[in-house]
Amino acid sequence: MLLATLLLAAGPALAADGEMTGAPVPWGMGLQQAGGVLKRTIHDFNELVFWIIVVITVFVAGLLLWVVYRYSAAKNPVPSRTSHHSLLEVAWTVVPVLILIVIAIPSFRLIYYEDRARDADFTINVQGRQWYWHYAYPDQGNFSFDSYAVADADLQPGQLRNLTVDNPLVVPVGATVRVITTGHDVIHSFFIPSLGVQRYAIPGRALETWFQVDRAGTFYGQCNQICGTNHWFMPIMVRAVPKPEFDAWVAQAQARFAQGQAPGYPEPAPVAVASAAR
Amino acid sequence: MATAAHAPDHHDDHAPGFVSRWLFSTNHKDIGTLYIIFSLVAALVGVGLSLIMRLELMQPGLQFFSDGQMWNAYVSAHGLIMVFFVIMPALIGGFGNWFVPIMIGAPDMAFPRLNNISFWLLVPAFMLLTASLFVGGGAGAGWTIYPPLSDDTYQTGPAMDMALFSLHLAGASSILGAANFITTIFNMRAPGMTFHKMPLFVWSMLVTAFLLLLAVPVLGGAITMLITDRNFGTAFFDPAGGGDPVLFQHLFWFFGHPEVYIMILPGFGIVSHVISTFCKKPIFGYLGMAYAMVAIGVVGFIVWAHHMFQSGIDVDTRAYFMAATMVIAVPTGIKIFSWIATMWGGSMDLKTPMLFAIGFVFLFTVGGVTGVVLANAGITQVLHNTYYVVAHFHYVLSLGAVFTIYCGFYYWIGKMSGHQYPEFWGKVHFWLTFVGVNLTFFPMHFLGNQGMPRRYPDYPDALAGWNMVVSIGSFISVASFLLFFYVVYRTFKSPVNVVANPWGEGATTLEWQVSSPPPFHTFEELPHIR
Repeated sequence: MLLATLLLAAGPALAADGEMTGAPVPWGMGLQQAGGVLKRTIHDFNELVFWIIVVITVFVAGLLLWVVYRYSAAKNPVPSRTSHHSLLEVAWTVVPVLILIVIAIPSFRLIYYEDRARDADFTINVQGRQWYWHYAYPDQGNFSFDSYAVADADLQPGQLRNLTVDNPLVVPVGATVRVITTGHDVIHSFFIPSLGVQRYAIPGRALETWFQVDRAGTFYGQCNQICGTNHWFMPIMVRAVPKPEFDAWVAQAQARFAQGQAPGYPEPAPVAVASAAR
Repeated sequence: MATAAHAPDHHDDHAPGFVSRWLFSTNHKDIGTLYIIFSLVAALVGVGLSLIMRLELMQPGLQFFSDGQMWNAYVSAHGLIMVFFVIMPALIGGFGNWFVPIMIGAPDMAFPRLNNISFWLLVPAFMLLTASLFVGGGAGAGWTIYPPLSDDTYQTGPAMDMALFSLHLAGASSILGAANFITTIFNMRAPGMTFHKMPLFVWSMLVTAFLLLLAVPVLGGAITMLITDRNFGTAFFDPAGGGDPVLFQHLFWFFGHPEVYIMILPGFGIVSHVISTFCKKPIFGYLGMAYAMVAIGVVGFIVWAHHMFQSGIDVDTRAYFMAATMVIAVPTGIKIFSWIATMWGGSMDLKTPMLFAIGFVFLFTVGGVTGVVLANAGITQVLHNTYYVVAHFHYVLSLGAVFTIYCGFYYWIGKMSGHQYPEFWGKVHFWLTFVGVNLTFFPMHFLGNQGMPRRYPDYPDALAGWNMVVSIGSFISVASFLLFFYVVYRTFKSPVNVVANPWGEGATTLEWQVSSPPPFHTFEELPHIR
């Protein structure tokens, strides 16, 4: 069961200054640690399902080992001719149904909770493009910018390869953010594992989803629907900062947008990302 | 039960020469043999592609591939080859052709020439798909070929058209084959062979044939629209022309989900026979087993949108598809427990086919329970399209369906060829395969939990550890696949000495009543089933 314990998500690993990094960790087995309430809800449900499937798998494996041991030709030379047992057959039909009901009830609750934000604080428009993301903030003056992956050669020390972008998505800690996704050319998928959010970005459609970050930090994701040659090189990076820093970044971004420039990182620059490179 | 075997010279006048026997075959056994050989050749290509992919993924960074398009083309070709040219030909065209007529006491399939063209359509289909890898940048839109990525704007040149035409040919082959199986099973059963006496392998092939007949034409329609979108200016799936990319996903998965059952159901049949034979017990809950397959087939048609939980379908629709998907766990559970109940109280002989059957039951359980996890739309929000999904479908297909192919091969090779496989090397092959594939695919669950998307030639450095383990596992798996060819070589080097029934009292189906290999037309007179 040690393995099983490892498989479940580990507790939050915080950097020295309390910032969290939502990224894969070396030899990680479970889900990425949760950076928001949505992901924590998924963890709770995942834990229930995980234990159910472990018990079923161990049960089946145990039965198989037992029959191989007990009913080998050496130990049991005369086979029985039993081919029916009504009670048994009813049991292995009804018990799985009951197990599925135990799974289904919280599962329904989860999908309706995940579906859309109630009382969102603001909206971000996300457009997937070959091969970068285009973000717009309609509720903050409708500025928009492109977010490109940083090439290996341009990475600063401590930045994560294939995950770092030039202009991250910035959100205030604690805000409920509505996300509207669209595709510009082909289908992409906006996916941030540590925040529990994913939605395709489909040309000709606007899909709604939401997330919330409840601690400061940097949360990484990657395009998750095959979209052409650089599918693997259009990461998503979310900086969650306290509200005052977010407001300062918005002002900076609006000013730079008016000049045709990208907003860049919020101040202070993220120094804590190095912790994820352990 | 059946007629006795007879002298081999009895049917010599029916046996044609090499060209008319192998190129213009009308005999179900010869066509079955062709299918099996074809599947092995295609498997060499499919496994070769996966080996190159695992070499690339062994460490972070791009080492073997210069760009992502070529990578995408390899990933797509690997998937399509394994599905259409390895698993389906081996299980349906190969074992199905060989044993469905024999098991129901028929001299051949209902439409022998249709049977022949079913096979020969596959050959150009496979050549087109393989050639598409070498044309332009290849067809790199994944095996799911979602537009707009598969449109001419994003997959320029003829490679994608070749792949689509390949699918059309393979689809036509499947539809013709399915019609042939249905007609054969409905009309050519020997006297006394009622539906409820039919061996489970025949049941599995009947259900599979119906799934093919109903699902593949939908794929045909979808890719026809894709072809006209690409070449003739239509806009079925192009939003700029009023089309809808999500419509393609619906059509594709209406085919694609039954397709996964098409790949596994024949294996269910094989495993039932093997377990019954080597435990010397009749199959437990025969009717439950047969109707569980029918139920899986029926429900398999109404769960397709669980592949589309992130495509923006309505939350109530998600709720329905989630519930329907979980329902499939019930008939699948019935099958797993019935297999175990068949073993319970038996007198088990752990020969190679039985090892593969037990391995299958366990690995399919693992793949099945991760399927239950993935049925929950709430969890797929973080697992959709990740390596968790890759792990899941390789557990049910690469481990599940492929184990049943090996299971059927070891079970029937003596019957088909008259040469028995070497038991020792068969067992070595099983254990090497079992260790290799588990080492390959189990850590993929961890990679998926950590959020590694599928179809990536490069990944964040933190994922390097498990990717190295997976690659090492894949090298062991490839070694075990090559060892299989050594087993085949040893098998055919051994003398023809297999008796009609080498497995003893547990082997009760009709193929064990005729000589090994069976006479050209199997039965000189119709067997009577009591």
